[in-house]
Amino acid sequence: METTTVVEERPQPRIQELETVTIRFSGDSGDGMQLTGTQFTNTTALAGNDLATLPDFPAEIRAPAGSLPGVSSFQVCFSSHDIRTPGDQPDVLVAMNPAALKVNLPDLVEGGLIIINTDGFNEVNLKKAKYDSNPLEDGTLARYRVYKIPITSLTLKALKDVNIPHKQAERCKNFFALGLMYWLYDRPIDATLKWIERRFADQPELIQANQTALRAGYAYGEATEMFTTHYRVRRAAIEPGVYRNVTGNEATALGFVAAAQLAGRPLFYASYPITPASDILHALAQYKNFGVKTFQAEDEIAAICAAIGAAFAGDLGLTGTSGPGLALKSEAINLAVMAELPVVVVDVQRAGPSTGMPTKTEQADLLQALFGRNSDSPVAVVAPATPADCFIMAIEAFRIATKYMVPVIYLSDGYLGNGSEPWRIPSLDELPRIELKFRTDPEGFYPYLRDERTLARPWAVPGTPGLEHRIGGLEKEHITGNVSYDPDNHMLMTQLRAEKVARIAEDIPDVEVFGDPEGELLVVGWGSTYGAITSAVEHLRARGASVSSVHLRYLNPFPRNLGAILSRFEKVLVPELNYGQLALVLRARYLVETISFPKVKGKPFKIAEIVHKIQEVLEQ
Amino acid sequence: MSRQGNGHKGNGHQGAVKLTRKDFASDQEVRWCPGCGDYSILAQVQKVLPDLGIPREKFVFVSGIGCSSRFPYYMNTYGFHTIHGRAPAVATGIKATNPDLSVWVITGDGDGLSIGGNHLLHTLRRNVDVNIILFNNRIYGLTKGQYSPTSEFGKRTKSTPFGSIDWPLNPLSVALGAGATFVARSVDRDTKHLASVLERAARHKGSSFVEVLQNCNIFNDGAFEPFAGRTVRDDRLLYLEHGQPLVFGKERNKGIRLNGCRLEVVQLGEEITESDLVIHDERADEPNLAFMLAHLDYPEYPVPVGVFRAVEKPTYEELLEEQIQTAIRRQGEGDLEKLLHSGYTWTVE
Repeated sequence: METTTVVEERPQPRIQELETVTIRFSGDSGDGMQLTGTQFTNTTALAGNDLATLPDFPAEIRAPAGSLPGVSSFQVCFSSHDIRTPGDQPDVLVAMNPAALKVNLPDLVEGGLIIINTDGFNEVNLKKAKYDSNPLEDGTLARYRVYKIPITSLTLKALKDVNIPHKQAERCKNFFALGLMYWLYDRPIDATLKWIERRFADQPELIQANQTALRAGYAYGEATEMFTTHYRVRRAAIEPGVYRNVTGNEATALGFVAAAQLAGRPLFYASYPITPASDILHALAQYKNFGVKTFQAEDEIAAICAAIGAAFAGDLGLTGTSGPGLALKSEAINLAVMAELPVVVVDVQRAGPSTGMPTKTEQADLLQALFGRNSDSPVAVVAPATPADCFIMAIEAFRIATKYMVPVIYLSDGYLGNGSEPWRIPSLDELPRIELKFRTDPEGFYPYLRDERTLARPWAVPGTPGLEHRIGGLEKEHITGNVSYDPDNHMLMTQLRAEKVARIAEDIPDVEVFGDPEGELLVVGWGSTYGAITSAVEHLRARGASVSSVHLRYLNPFPRNLGAILSRFEKVLVPELNYGQLALVLRARYLVETISFPKVKGKPFKIAEIVHKIQEVLEQ
Repeated sequence: MSRQGNGHKGNGHQGAVKLTRKDFASDQEVRWCPGCGDYSILAQVQKVLPDLGIPREKFVFVSGIGCSSRFPYYMNTYGFHTIHGRAPAVATGIKATNPDLSVWVITGDGDGLSIGGNHLLHTLRRNVDVNIILFNNRIYGLTKGQYSPTSEFGKRTKSTPFGSIDWPLNPLSVALGAGATFVARSVDRDTKHLASVLERAARHKGSSFVEVLQNCNIFNDGAFEPFAGRTVRDDRLLYLEHGQPLVFGKERNKGIRLNGCRLEVVQLGEEITESDLVIHDERADEPNLAFMLAHLDYPEYPVPVGVFRAVEKPTYEELLEEQIQTAIRRQGEGDLEKLLHSGYTWTVE
């Protein structure tokens, strides 16, 4: 604290209690905003709040410094009660430069708090952000509470005695900002101090510099009279246990490692790099000591084909991609349909057809997953609802695939994949079992002689004596698996493949209704919209509205009780991050009138958007 | 319904019993056109396999789409008739899962060099220990006679009534360019030679690539007859033998000599003797000679057959396994509980 002058006899700032706060850290992609956000998140978790986060970074790897496309941001929402989304609108915006202000200001809540690094607002940066006049001076920010702080120069001043180059000292400004935010929201700085020590273990001057900047930011909040209030968000009532923060992609990777451990067979993950699914490949590549084999294939098709080969040979064959990659894999998925092999295909969905908007989220591959292949091609489809749920649904995907000898498509999306939430780490005995049945007995073996209950064909892997047989993409004769062009056989096999997937419904949980089991309006969602939909329904139910919701994590087959639930409501509303795909399927399947509520902006739903839509529907 | 076949042929478990070629024939009726070169290749593969000392259940034949890709159905081993061009990728997954298997890829010039060219390249460069047998008939047979990526320039087919304006790919050159560790060529009807090349391919550790010049007697009959025909082949094929000078001809009186950067045909006699000829070296680190040989073509040159290149390099699946074992040695066998609790955790009381 030696770098700050302590102001004496200063009135103590008031502490104001808040229930929920959403902060967005934003700056140039070189400003370390992801790191700052992550540190704030970890400290906040330690403080016992419920929380959710959402990073948003540029598609360009190195967009020009100070430019609008180069803005990187990280949003964290934390609360003293249970929350399910990273927040509709930030209450607080930290903007390190004009571009960050320009990009993020439209999202800020009316009257919100803005912390500005005034040093970033020079002419060059204003021009790069396409501001004609300085927004700090022209009244643009009149509706907000603005704190103008020369963060860069204060950081440099604090670090004047630390022996590091000027450039490096400048880069510590994010820790100054973080320190200030810690003071403002009454969080301890210890965890970050320790993290800095570990992170820069072999660079003592950087430990000193970053720690000094962090302390200086904290002291600045405490010592200046600029802030008359700081805030406290009390601990949330959270289920006891050990927690960690996970992104959906991390949880997905962990879930597949767990599936392999539960099944007692190695995981074989074949993938071609694609946004936003590559992190799953990066994560799994680190788990070699779990026997995980990762294969970066030459293309999307090779990736799924290698996974199919692995499944044929007895590993847990897995491939991962995003929408364009799923399109390329279609033909091979059908090979797995025909060969009846247990391959799992992860699709971390992204926005738009063709290349679309790769770093933005959408859930518009539902129809592709269900129907996007030649001929009648039934596969199982599952979709996790939250980042943490990715873990369980990954295990579930392999449980279904191996039990029914069927490909399973797992629909995550960019919002789930990159978003994070605290995850109560389950104990191993809470996890479902995966029991593999490899055929070894040659007596009475036929490659397409099915299990009577599941209709699964036997999994007979090469290397097993006496079970030599041939499979492939040509239609197979029932039982023997010989190539067959017999018309009745093709009809029968088509029925069997469909029936096999339909029977999975007997083996998945009924969907639970959130709210009353009957009433005026049922909101049906799937995948990553869980948080926004459930929060909106909860909000309106607290105000007496007759609205309930169900959230589907199984898209094919649907849970058995879904039809009955739909019939007990007068209206069915389907909010989706696509142009009405689930609405179409529900209408076709259950002959119910569905009201589609599409959003295709590359962004998740805000709770308020769903609240307004529900109110509108209820008023009609 | 008849419940013949597909898993129920022959004597089941073999143990130490010596297998014969019949053990490798499935009960499925072979349905290539009568007179097709594929029959001969099938017979030679079935002849070679029993000599390898590998139990039958450890063989897997993987194919793509095309006439040649029907092959696995006729083998009483594990088999996977996959999709067009993708067999090398499927085979990679199989081999990576169980390195103990003897994995064979059966492909054709369309399957392996056109739609599946990418997978062929990458499987070869990774040196996955699979045996890739490419049946080159220089035509699309199953789709009834369109030109293929190995058809000669100007070829008239159903899809090129005015002649093809594509230059053909040289399969061996593609394989050498991809860094294949074993590259060979043989001819369907030259059964002894074919069997010996197939056996060498099977015994090679790493990706083996064998181009078999295969006659399609329906859509491209006699494509190789001018140099591989029974009556002319001694004069027009160059049988490669490691460590031996490049001599050819019925009378063994012609040879290949290096002239500057080019190979040339010379007449052996008093002026030029075998000591002036290029000595074949399939084990050379650099593939230069193999490339030059791969580009010799009839009628200017004899067409070389045999093993062009056979070098050793660690296989993909070996390296994969080694990384796993190293990780286990360094980090200990994976502990799921520990993994789930790794990173930043906190306890809520």
